[in-house]
Amino acid sequence: MGFHLTKMLLKEGHEVLLVEKDRHTYQQLEPQLGSAVMLGDGCETRVQQEAGFARADCVAAVTGEDEDNLIVCQMAKNTWGVERAIARVNNPEREALFKELGIDGVVSATEILFNLVEQEISAGSIVPLAALRRGKIEVIEAVLTGRSPAVGRRVRDLNLPPGSNIVWVVRGEHGLIAEGDTELEENDLVVILAPVEHAADLRKVLESGH
Amino acid sequence: MNVIIFGCGRTGAALARMLSSNGDEVTVIEREPEHLARLGHDHGCRVIIGDGLDDDVLLDAGIRDADAFIASTRGDNTNLMAAQVAQTRYGVSMVCAKVNDPDRAREYRKMGVFSITPNLLTAGMMRDWLLGRDFLPIDAYNKVEGEG
Repeated sequence: MGFHLTKMLLKEGHEVLLVEKDRHTYQQLEPQLGSAVMLGDGCETRVQQEAGFARADCVAAVTGEDEDNLIVCQMAKNTWGVERAIARVNNPEREALFKELGIDGVVSATEILFNLVEQEISAGSIVPLAALRRGKIEVIEAVLTGRSPAVGRRVRDLNLPPGSNIVWVVRGEHGLIAEGDTELEENDLVVILAPVEHAADLRKVLESGH
Repeated sequence: MNVIIFGCGRTGAALARMLSSNGDEVTVIEREPEHLARLGHDHGCRVIIGDGLDDDVLLDAGIRDADAFIASTRGDNTNLMAAQVAQTRYGVSMVCAKVNDPDRAREYRKMGVFSITPNLLTAGMMRDWLLGRDFLPIDAYNKVEGEG
């Protein structure tokens, strides 16, 4: 998720640094991201200093571990005075706790899905999750119904509008990083980063017709 | 005293046994059943297999009536998060996290989370033993080089 987020933000002209803890993953990302990726544990003060937390406008913690995301965000705000800290939560029950502990930006894919069900929005609706960069990029979720033309197809074969990327798929109780070869299934919840003007085109690709 | 210990590693287990034989009420929360073997026999503690970050587990462990909460898992971040849950959400009065990274420990001390950094404590005590000095109060050992 961090990789796709980085690429999209870079494309929009932002100064972005991805901090990755795992050496093997870093070695795979470095050829593609160059100086926009750094090897290190984002929970360590030395790494935070090298990464430039002091002058960051925003820190987003999107690892698969809630406690790591919490610590990175708390340190960003309290130690480095970063104005906006966004944490991903994998366990939706933690959302309230994170807010209690001072993290106001919290993103939970599972929670959104639950809300969709609760509010009885018809499956297949595209729901904007967040607007980044003053509304020009949206984080969007869509649940693929049986009628969706995307079901049974690989991500790379979809005719997504320009600039749109499926970054994450929630399948049952698991989350997967979307690769080109990922084959989509019925009831998959897909998380997409897309320029705002393409929302209608996304609807066509994922819901009906073509 | 009513104590909850989250994490039955070497530290948690040793503490649990010490407190229990001291007559305190100890509840140990641990995710992996095999680690509970460290408690040995006749430990006299109540044991819960579960995640100490989970509200249901904490409530079952009696966090509302606890006098103290110790976070002693292997992960600094888990311990810091658990300590904050105990302190902020449940108002437990004595809370301590085991935090191995001295810099992180210092930052969280500033945020009001008390912790002990084992490697600093060990180094400090070894120094005082070598130099023939009396041991100091805990806060003196917790300090990072150059910290006030």
